[in-house]
Amino acid sequence: MKRTTLDLWVGLFVVAGFAALTVLALKVGNLSTYNTSETYQLQAYFANIGGLKSQASIKSSGVLIGRVAQISLDSDRYEAKVTMIIDKRYQFPKDTFANILTSGLLGEQYIGLIPGGEEAFLKAGDEIKHTQSAVVLEDLISKFLYSKAEDSK
Amino acid sequence: MIVENLRSLGHRIVNTVWRIGYASRFFMLILLYSGTSFRRFHLIIKEIFASGVMSLIIILVAGLFVGMVLGLQGYETLKRYGAESALGSLVALSLVRELGPVLAALLFASRAGSAMTAEIGLMKATEQISAMALMAINPMARLVAPRFWAGVISVPLLTALFSVMGVFGGYMVGVVLIGVDQGSFWSQMQAGVDFRYDIVNGMIKSFVFGVAVTVIALFEGYDAPPTAEGVSGATTRTVVQSSLAILFLDFILTAFMFQGE
Repeated sequence: MKRTTLDLWVGLFVVAGFAALTVLALKVGNLSTYNTSETYQLQAYFANIGGLKSQASIKSSGVLIGRVAQISLDSDRYEAKVTMIIDKRYQFPKDTFANILTSGLLGEQYIGLIPGGEEAFLKAGDEIKHTQSAVVLEDLISKFLYSKAEDSK
Repeated sequence: MIVENLRSLGHRIVNTVWRIGYASRFFMLILLYSGTSFRRFHLIIKEIFASGVMSLIIILVAGLFVGMVLGLQGYETLKRYGAESALGSLVALSLVRELGPVLAALLFASRAGSAMTAEIGLMKATEQISAMALMAINPMARLVAPRFWAGVISVPLLTALFSVMGVFGGYMVGVVLIGVDQGSFWSQMQAGVDFRYDIVNGMIKSFVFGVAVTVIALFEGYDAPPTAEGVSGATTRTVVQSSLAILFLDFILTAFMFQGE
């Protein structure tokens, strides 16, 4: 069997197709941000996670440093248990603060980490003690209405 | 009068069921003879050239324009909410999840599926298939199975190319023409599109569409009445049925894949 120009075209087609898939995976999708380097896990308990989803981003000072791996309800404490995967390059002090924040007014929710001042760092599997729940819009509005009612007395 | 109508209705239903059964047996036969056709891979390569490579131009141009329209329309809508920066994620998600697989498969059905049906149907009408069978060459292994695999390989590749061209078109309109920030265009896209959830599911969709389109096209050709009228009717049926099958399967697959977290 001898090689023909037809084989060349089919080969080009197949190569272009796989190249397009690679572009989709790396440039369009977020495959590249997953396994950039080694990671470690942290846990945090929140009274209310609002609209946080798994795969939500974890940021510190606005820099993406990890993703939410898993969310479940802890049946002992009746609080939401959030497992986070953090890039190993970033270490945080033991008294780090974890807040659930919203990007923009209507954007998706993410976890923001604010480092504390302690010397010792969080190790893999540790729990972040200081957390702040998501801001629920209904609570805000009802608080506002109550305070208005108080004022008008 | 009523009895006659009932009789013709019953005849049509029985005929449809009969054809579905025949088509299923046809599909099983294709899979059975796939091994033989993989051993003669140059036959598949020839068919990939005829159906895949020759569809490249229409797929690339269509993808570019679909992406450009998405960029324009998406910008107009997102601007109202002050969320122009989400344009990248809107364009990429709609392409990767829905428009890429569906439109590429629809174009493939009308560009290559109809050609397959006409070719096989005409071969049957001119008794080339019977001649092959007389020479102890199995037409399923020699003609049908290579075309099937060529279609199944081509459609996902064409879909990937369509989506990439679409993203490029959206980029051209959104960033180069309108002036959405380039950084937020790409970063929102990467934040919004998940590899496993969006891209792999889109590729699974296009694989299923590829199987459906080629099986319908080949079956219609193989089953066409051996007349000029029969072949033309079969070609029409291929385009109509595979388009409907793509849209129906798309609904089913979407319901299974994207149920929301």
